[in-house]
Amino acid sequence: MKIIILGAGQVGGTLAENLSSEKNDITIIDTDTVRLRELADRIDCKTVYGHGSFPHVLRDAGADDADMLVAVTNSDETNMVACQVAYTLFRTPTKISRIRSSAYLKQTELFKADAFPIDVLISPEQVVTNYIRRLLEHPGALQVLDFADGKVQLVAVKAYYGGLLVGHAISALKDHLPDIDTRVAAIFRRNKAIEPTGDTVIEADDEVFFVAATEHIPKVMSELRRAEDSYKRIIIAGGGNIGYRLARALEKDYRIKLIEHGEERARYLSENLNKTVVLHGSATDKTLLEEENIENTDVFCALTNDDEVNIMSSLLAKRHGARKCMTLINKAAYADLVQGGMIDVAISPQQATIGSLLTHVRRGDVVNVHSLRRGAAEAIEAIAHGDRNSSKVVGREVSEIRLPPGTNIGAIVRGDEVIMARSDVVVESNDHVILFVMNKRHIADVERLFQVGLGFF
Amino acid sequence: MHLTVIARVLGIFLMLFSLTMLPPILVSMWYNDGATEAFSIAMSLIFGIGFISWLPVRDVRQDLKTRDGFIVAALFWFTLGLAGTLPFMLADNPGLSFADAFFESLSGWTTTGATVMTGLEYLPKSILWYRQQLQWLGGMGIIVLAVAILPMLGIGGMQLFRAEMPGPLKDSKLTPRITETAKALWYIYLFLTVTCALAYWLAGMSTFDAIAHSFSTVGIGGFSTYDASMGYFDSALIEAIAIVFMLVAALNFSLHFYAWRHKSLRHYFLDSEVKFFLFILAGGAILTIAALWLTDTYDFGGSVRHGLFELVSVATTAGFGTADFSVWPVFLPVLLFMMAFIGGCSGSTGGGMKVIRILLVFKQGIREIHRLIHPNAIIPVKLGKQPVSDRILESVWGFFALYVVTFMVMMLALMATGLDQVTAFSAVGSCLNNLGPGLGEVAAHYGNISDTAKWILALTMLLGRLEIFTLLVLISPSFWRS
Repeated sequence: MKIIILGAGQVGGTLAENLSSEKNDITIIDTDTVRLRELADRIDCKTVYGHGSFPHVLRDAGADDADMLVAVTNSDETNMVACQVAYTLFRTPTKISRIRSSAYLKQTELFKADAFPIDVLISPEQVVTNYIRRLLEHPGALQVLDFADGKVQLVAVKAYYGGLLVGHAISALKDHLPDIDTRVAAIFRRNKAIEPTGDTVIEADDEVFFVAATEHIPKVMSELRRAEDSYKRIIIAGGGNIGYRLARALEKDYRIKLIEHGEERARYLSENLNKTVVLHGSATDKTLLEEENIENTDVFCALTNDDEVNIMSSLLAKRHGARKCMTLINKAAYADLVQGGMIDVAISPQQATIGSLLTHVRRGDVVNVHSLRRGAAEAIEAIAHGDRNSSKVVGREVSEIRLPPGTNIGAIVRGDEVIMARSDVVVESNDHVILFVMNKRHIADVERLFQVGLGFF
Repeated sequence: MHLTVIARVLGIFLMLFSLTMLPPILVSMWYNDGATEAFSIAMSLIFGIGFISWLPVRDVRQDLKTRDGFIVAALFWFTLGLAGTLPFMLADNPGLSFADAFFESLSGWTTTGATVMTGLEYLPKSILWYRQQLQWLGGMGIIVLAVAILPMLGIGGMQLFRAEMPGPLKDSKLTPRITETAKALWYIYLFLTVTCALAYWLAGMSTFDAIAHSFSTVGIGGFSTYDASMGYFDSALIEAIAIVFMLVAALNFSLHFYAWRHKSLRHYFLDSEVKFFLFILAGGAILTIAALWLTDTYDFGGSVRHGLFELVSVATTAGFGTADFSVWPVFLPVLLFMMAFIGGCSGSTGGGMKVIRILLVFKQGIREIHRLIHPNAIIPVKLGKQPVSDRILESVWGFFALYVVTFMVMMLALMATGLDQVTAFSAVGSCLNNLGPGLGEVAAHYGNISDTAKWILALTMLLGRLEIFTLLVLISPSFWRS
């Protein structure tokens, strides 16, 4: 697929890296030559210097025969105009754009077919906010991913001593929870993937990925670690877009304090939030944290723009008694370094965002893609179409489907019904199939499975 | 430094190279010239060595780092030079010594076209074919070929690609993916070769000669299957065809790519490098033809025919001959020689310093003059309408300096082996620019110089082909410090 990416920032760079390793033709446009050279050294892609919305720059980048335009520059306006240019001059089939300002987002008629021709709007801040919110709703989870409009969730948990299942084989789960259906999709032990079978024994410190209907998630989690009380008191450090959105979304159900460095921004926040206590000060200020009862805080969320500040303030909060901390970390290297130590959950905004972009790159009818473990693994929700003759999945039992190695089917959603993928379940047309792919190299094979043969049309 | 990755890539390359022994084997069997065995042994030997270095590390999956790229490129060209000697030494005729075979092999790979052999007419056809084929593979670059057909090189391929591509603008890719770029380059190369062979054949060459000469014409090599080179055919039509294809092959291949993609020729005349190249050639041609005619060396027709052919042949660094330009009167031998220093365009199969570098150095000189007149003016150096970044200008100056230093050192080394100054000067110039023929003792062939001189010249050719930096990087201490 020929893809043009506008903006070589964090999102653009990560996206290019992910996509180019899958044999796509990637061209990146940016006005920062240093950043472009750095990417060109690391990634097999073409780089074009220039202003992304200018027609001649897009033409240089090969917009004439591009299949997709992903506009993720810092400027909403550039992104919108680039999509318009691509539509009017080059008839680019798919146009994805990042829009940040809610001022634009609120006016939905702006993005209808006769206005700005943008096929998919992504708002990374919103995606990250939702991501953190799900984590807060499931205390103890490392990652919570929604599928089929939230009917099914995939949850990553670290197994601890004290969990009922730790030290037992997976098959024992059925005896513990006879009326709950769940499937363990993957286990990562010391950063190596293990393909789980019924006999696999779960050890402490394993990272376990399991799929279950949303209402069953807390029950299953309590099998893997001592049940935690739900969170109540939350301190958010950093009142940027993410911190603000999160506070607004959560202030009804939680008691929230928000620390913001800039005075003007703090004033703005206090005017726009209702129940949240907005504090003006530095997140790395020990006295401020102590004054605000850090020792009785359930969760400390460090969400500033600065990785270093996030990490340091989290460590400080943890040292002074915060029960949990969640830390936003842009640099992948930092995330690997700190997760699992003092910091409980490292949140990578790129990883959270990239899934929503990958959804549109995947062939076959794919409705959801979540990137896991820094892009090494992927969870995919695909819709099966066709019949036994035209499709490789429909009309077959789960055990009959020829999955690539390291891939398994977690669950199937048929209408409103959630079916765990036992080996004798037969896939029907229009089923949403949720797959877990441990090695990204096999993604193409998975895509091929869900492409309908020629006979269908 | 990742020795395992390097060994793996090198092993694969060698196995790939061993396959190129198949066409000479077929030629040998067709003509029954007695060299089949030599080629078969060479093939199995090279394949075996490649296989042995690949086998223990075949499962290593690591990306090539920039540094590994330099080592692989340099090692690869060096081992290829060595591997390429096998048929020359193994075959009873010519049965060259190691030094001679190495010189001949590198001269082929680097598209220099200097030879130590005489009596080419009496050599087995397969050996002749093999020499031409070496030049053809070396022309576009065998690493580029490998990148095109081995998808596993991935991003590491870019590092290798850069080490081999001529010209200062090494990052410009034709297509987003390096594999596709390499493929496009080879398709264009292949297309030019086939067209050239057809043209030669229609102009009256035998099938064998047509294919053989198309290899060395499009690769801008200069090997021929006759001692008299192109002069053997004594046909104005063949010479005209050769001129056209040498010129086309000396242009930047990305222009050909553009022409093929957009079905247009207009951009050739908008490119400042091409314009400058043609301008120099036109100026050189007028001088050459006038000088030949005025000194009564040839009549007017002869002056045009020989003058033009020799000029294009030397200026593009092919080095075919219809006449011996080293005995031409007045300034002509040196003028032609200077043209070879300029060489072909960047991204072409030609040698020399590349037109674009000369153009940039020249423009910078002009800029200094302007600065003296307007001390406060800000004057960017532009190519066409695009300003050129100072980073590129710096790299051009760095290259220029090292080129001159390399030339001096190599020339002194050669004079130390006992050669006279004209011979040493021209031999080093000829090898560094990948030209072929020289002046003085090496005007016709390099058979009479000492073995030491041959080794020095072989190294010079490699320096010229890999544009110096790729090799010099390896001898800088900071490269080896981890």
